[in-house]
Amino acid sequence: MTASLNRRPPELAALVPQSSKRDLNQADICLEVQNLDLYYGDKQALRGVNLRIARHQVTAFIGPSGCGKSTLLRCFNRMNDLVDGVRVDGRILMNGSDINARGVDVAALRRRVGMVFQKPNPLPKSIYENVAYGLRLQGINSRRLLDEVVERSLRGAALWDEVKDRLNDSALGLSGGQQQRLVIARAIAIEPEVLLLDEPASALDPISTLKIEELIYELKGNYTILIVTHNMQQAARVSDYTAFMYLGEMVEYDDTNTLFTNPAKQQTEDYVTGRYG
Amino acid sequence: MSRSLVGQHISAEFNQELADITNRIMLMGGLVEQQVKDALESLHEENRQLAAVVVTTDYKINALEVAIDEECMQIIARRQPAASDLRLVMTVIKVITDLERIGDEAEGIGQVALALAARGDSAQIDLVSMGRHVRQMVRNSLDAFARTDVDLALEVAREEEVVDREYESVVRQLITYMMEDPRTISSTIELMWAARSLERIADHARNIAEYIIFLVKGRDVRHLSLEQMEKAARAVR
Repeated sequence: MTASLNRRPPELAALVPQSSKRDLNQADICLEVQNLDLYYGDKQALRGVNLRIARHQVTAFIGPSGCGKSTLLRCFNRMNDLVDGVRVDGRILMNGSDINARGVDVAALRRRVGMVFQKPNPLPKSIYENVAYGLRLQGINSRRLLDEVVERSLRGAALWDEVKDRLNDSALGLSGGQQQRLVIARAIAIEPEVLLLDEPASALDPISTLKIEELIYELKGNYTILIVTHNMQQAARVSDYTAFMYLGEMVEYDDTNTLFTNPAKQQTEDYVTGRYG
Repeated sequence: MSRSLVGQHISAEFNQELADITNRIMLMGGLVEQQVKDALESLHEENRQLAAVVVTTDYKINALEVAIDEECMQIIARRQPAASDLRLVMTVIKVITDLERIGDEAEGIGQVALALAARGDSAQIDLVSMGRHVRQMVRNSLDAFARTDVDLALEVAREEEVVDREYESVVRQLITYMMEDPRTISSTIELMWAARSLERIADHARNIAEYIIFLVKGRDVRHLSLEQMEKAARAVR
C-alpha cells in the first residue's frame, strides 16, 4: 500500500523543497569570529567562541543572563574597549579583515557597525537633529543632503508618517516605541553595514515590539543584523540563525527553524523548552 | 510517558498540561483498542448485540478527539511550545486523527457484523489471524508512544507490510468464493469491507509509529521505505 509512495515524482521536487534548512556554507559571510576569549580582569566572559555571521540575514543570540551574549555583541564594534581591564584573544574578521588589528580606526569601525540599546536613548534635541546627528559629526551640513537623509532614514525606520509634521519637536516627546525607531533611524542614517541590537524591544509594549520586529524584517535586505534578546519567541520570529550561549560558550548555533524544533544539544533543548538547566 | 518528555519544566502547570494530553491519548487509545477487539469478536462470534455496542460507542472516541485537539490548541496559544514540547504537541494532534479513524474502521466492521447477521449469513472465511495481527499492531503503536520506544515503532512499521500481504491473500480467497458460488457474492462483499477496514487500521497504526519516530528523533519519516525509515530512526541526533 505504501510502496507507491516511496518514489517522489521529480516534478514534485520543484513544488516541495526537500528541506528548508539554511546552510551557512552556502552563505555570504559578513563577520567571522575565531577562537574568541574575553576576560574582564580575571573573570573569563567568553570561551573559545567560533561563529560565522551571514550577510543580510538576522542572527539572534539567546541564553540566560550573564551567558556572554551582550559581551559578544559589543565585540563587533569594539565597545568593550571602553571597559577597563578587558582583554580579548582570538580574532573577529569583518569582510575578511581583523577589526582588532593595529591601526584600525575605531570610530570608522563604529560607523560601519551601528548599535541600538535596550533603552531608547534619543538626544535632547529635535527629531530632525537626532537623525542628522551622525552626519553633522562628519562635518556634513548641506541642508538639502541632510533633509534627504533624514527623510530616507525615518522612512527606513518606519517612523516618517508619524513624525513628518513635527520634525522640529523634541525627540523626548515621542513614545518609547517611537523613540526606539528614532534611534534606529539615527543608526541607519550613516549607512552602516551591520546593525547590533541589544534587547531593542524589551522596554516596549507588545504592539511597539511588533513594529520593531517588522522593521528588522525590512532592514535585513540592506543590513546584516545581530540581535540579543531575552525573548525566545522574538528570536524565533525575527531571526534566520540563532546562537544559544551558556556560561560564555557557544553551545549551539544553527538555522533558527532547526534550533527551535529539533536542537542537537540537551542544554539547548532545556533552555528553549523552559526546563531546569 | 517517560518523565523527560513532559516533566521538569520550570512551570509545573505546563508539565501538568502536557501530562494531561498524553494521559488522554492513552485513554483514547484504550477505547480504540477495545472497539477493534469487540468489532472482530462480534464478527467472528456473530454477536449482534456486541456489534450494536461497537456501532454506538464510536461517539466517545470522536468526543475525545475533539477535546484533545482543543487542549493542544490552547497549549500552542498559551505556551508557544518549542523543540521536543512542540514535537509532542504536533505528534498528539496527528496521532488522535489516526486513532479516530481506527475507531471509524472498527465501527465499519461492526456494521458488517450487523449486516451479515441480518442476512443470516455467517463468515465463511477467517479474519481471525489478520485481526489478531492488526490488534497487536495497534497495541504496540500505543505502547511505543507511551514509552517513546523507537524500536517498537519500527516493528509496527515492519508488521504493516506483513498485514498488506495477509490482506492480499484474504482478497484472493474471497474472490475464489465468489467465483465458485455466486450466491455468496453479497455476503462476501461485506467481508471484503471488513478485511479492507483491518488493512486500513494497520495503515493508521503505522502512521502512529511514524509520528513516534518524529517525536523522538525529530526526523519526518512519512512516505519513506522501511530501509530509509530505519536508517533515519537509528541516526544519532
